[in-house]
Amino acid sequence: MPRTLTRLIFTLAAALVATSAMAQQKAPDAATLAKGEYLARAGNCIACHTAREGKTFAGGLPMKTPFGTLYTSNITPDPSTGIGTWTSDQFFNMMHNGRFPDGGLVYPAMPFGSYTKVTREDSDAIYAYLRTVPPVKRINTPHDLRFPFNNRSLILGWRTLFFKEGVYKPDSTKSAEWNRGAYLVEGLGHCGMCHTAINALGGSSESQAFEGGLIPMQNWYAPSLTSNKEAGLGDWSLEEIVDYLKKGVSARGAVYGPMAEVVYNSLQYLTDDDARAMAVYLKSLAQGTSPEKAQPPLPSAETSLLVSLGKPIYDRECASCHGAAGLGMPPHYPPLAGNQSIQMVSAVNAIRMVLNGGFPPGTMGNPEPYGMPPFAHRLSDDEVAAVVTFIRTSWGNRGAPVSARQANELRAATLN
Amino acid sequence: MAARVLACASCHGAEGEGTSDVYFPRLAGKPAGYLYNQLIAFRDGRRRYPPMNYLLEFLPDAYLQKMADHFAALRPPFPAPNIPTDSKEILARGETLVKEGDARSGVPACSACHGPALGGMEPAIPGLLGLRASYISAQLGGWRYGTRTAAAPDCMQIVAGLLSEDDVKAVAAYLSSRPAPNDPSFAPRGSLPMPLECGSQPR
Ligand code: HEC
Ligand code: HEC
Ligand code: HEC
Ligand code: HEC
Ligand code: HEC
Repeated sequence: MPRTLTRLIFTLAAALVATSAMAQQKAPDAATLAKGEYLARAGNCIACHTAREGKTFAGGLPMKTPFGTLYTSNITPDPSTGIGTWTSDQFFNMMHNGRFPDGGLVYPAMPFGSYTKVTREDSDAIYAYLRTVPPVKRINTPHDLRFPFNNRSLILGWRTLFFKEGVYKPDSTKSAEWNRGAYLVEGLGHCGMCHTAINALGGSSESQAFEGGLIPMQNWYAPSLTSNKEAGLGDWSLEEIVDYLKKGVSARGAVYGPMAEVVYNSLQYLTDDDARAMAVYLKSLAQGTSPEKAQPPLPSAETSLLVSLGKPIYDRECASCHGAAGLGMPPHYPPLAGNQSIQMVSAVNAIRMVLNGGFPPGTMGNPEPYGMPPFAHRLSDDEVAAVVTFIRTSWGNRGAPVSARQANELRAATLN
Repeated sequence: MAARVLACASCHGAEGEGTSDVYFPRLAGKPAGYLYNQLIAFRDGRRRYPPMNYLLEFLPDAYLQKMADHFAALRPPFPAPNIPTDSKEILARGETLVKEGDARSGVPACSACHGPALGGMEPAIPGLLGLRASYISAQLGGWRYGTRTAAAPDCMQIVAGLLSEDDVKAVAAYLSSRPAPNDPSFAPRGSLPMPLECGSQPR
């Protein structure tokens, strides 16, 4: 492993420089540390850099990608196995440029493509905070990537196509609140990592930012945040968006799948002001577009058969919570009538909800969420297809029907 | 609480009484500390059953404690015990293991921790009656193969490791053939000898 070796030698040299550099730096004050901790939450560093039942920030979490498995790094201040010898310049260079102190290229699974928008001041606060967390000695697990993806020089290609370095530039035609929201969503929030179609190299493409996409390996669809045809946030009130982001439930829909992790580990900790700023920005993203409604599905014989099979299943299994007319009992049982998220072209999320059920995350604003039972063991593929087709096409919903084969394929999706 | 945990009902019954599926366990009346430890273990992936790991993934400790308390307090009737189909010898072997253990292979008596009446011990050792044979053997198998682990030191992993395949079959057959008491009476904390140390139940 030549890179490890050069890095080791480099780290030793850096250690000497760093100790003298650190002696000159003032100890950060309590306000800076609190800000750093808050921003680290907003960036959700903890979720990726902590393994299950592992020590906080000690890394080692496996991240499955279509190219193999990456293991996140130890970012505690341990000098030999963590980032204890890094200077704030080196830390900023990682966040902003995606480069190791020795110049080596970082895999974009570390979302520097978004973090590049973070200001130097905020990066320094996170750095200061990370220096105060308990150091953990844990040597980084080597990545397990297939050829040719194990060659880091390939990252150069990805960077040319998808990486644009640069701190967030405020748009002076917009309010301070809008700019704060944009800064958080595009930067630390790294929302585009999931909400943008993922291309073959695992990068999110700038031109399609926030247009939605199927998350590889996980089989969940992150809806587009830029148009009303998928997430449809343009029609939501600011309060509804804030509730969704902070509490995990809202009058319009509940959080589920990978989004539950984001709310649980990160968004619930946002201040009311920051959550509102995000909501203002997200709503404006969707509002610019014409609220395209999907075409009503052609009433084919097969569709009407599915719907007629689906209705009795719905009345028996679902109506007790979601209501005979699909109105739900918000916020605890989300409405299905008029719910954009189940009418998207991709039916993956609705099918998986029925197969796997779920609880919205338990948050400070909703500590004891109501749950939905899984139906994988109780409904056949035909029944799942029928009931999902029914909810996608009833009460004015205009989704397309789904087939038993689609339902069957998703039975094998990894759960967690 | 009952409405909040409807998501559990199709597998565990609305009252936590279990369902006709022999693999889905009863929850009602088990010690709250035991149930809580299981919920934490599923959430954190130490005990594996993907549908449950998934449901609990983002639920905080305090809520899992409430779920545990809820099911611990319920007392739905037990199903009739299994009519044993195994031979008298197998059942007798099971009974010996449960009550006396096996000095030769080093298996401690199950009753030394689970209580002479097998009702369990406060706060975290469950009773062994009212469980079905396939569930019991699956759990003992889970410990042997590492898909189920409890807080370290994991005494049940040691116990399960000492049992042979035949022993597992015998204890599962015997335990599932015993009628369960309708009002579970746990032995008080610290009242049983406990031949091994268990992380989930400090001596
Ligand atoms: C989506 C997952 C993810 C998130 C979120 C994330 N990281 Fe990372 N991070 C990674 C991965 C994967 C690597 C390893 C990259 C590599 O080896 O090229 C990494 C590497 C690093 C490194 C390099 C450490 C080393 O010695 O290898 C630092 C520093 C770092 N991350 C800091 C952060 C901070 C600070 C945050 C929050 C603001 C954060 N990360 C959020 C996935 C993530
Ligand atoms: C790990 C992947 C992932 C990340 C990161 C992520 N999301 Fe999501 N998001 C999803 C998925 C999957 C869904 C669909 C499930 C749902 O509706 O709960 C979703 C749904 C949403 C919705 C609801 C859309 C609707 O109409 O139902 C909003 C709003 C949203 N995300 C905002 C954000 C914001 C803001 C961020 C960044 C702070 C973010 N997401 C980061 C995966 C992600
Ligand atoms: C015991 C009550 C209950 C039953 C029965 C139930 N659900 Fe749900 N449903 C919920 C809850 C609670 C959520 C939010 C879950 C989450 O966020 O993980 C939900 C979420 C959903 C969603 C996602 C909607 C959104 O935007 O958040 C869909 C789709 C859905 N249910 C469909 C169904 C169908 C179809 C059935 C019957 C086969 C059904 N549900 C039965 C309680 C229930
Ligand atoms: C899809 C069916 C299913 C659902 C839904 C489900 N469970 Fe389970 N549960 C199981 C199975 C199967 C086991 C045994 C798993 C094993 O082999 O370890 C189990 C085990 C348990 C145990 C351990 C029991 C013991 O005696 O060790 C507890 C506690 C539990 N479940 C609670 C819950 C709660 C609370 C919910 C709802 C939030 C729930 N379960 C939802 C199937 C389910
Ligand atoms: C040293 C004490 C000890 C002994 C001896 C012991 N157990 Fe256990 N047993 C425990 C503890 C503690 C637990 C709870 C583990 C946990 O938290 O998951 C347990 C749990 C179990 C369970 C899981 C019950 C459920 O509802 O899922 C079964 C089955 C079991 N024991 C069977 C046995 C059998 C059979 C024997 C005798 C061969 C035995 N045990 C001997 C301490 C013991």
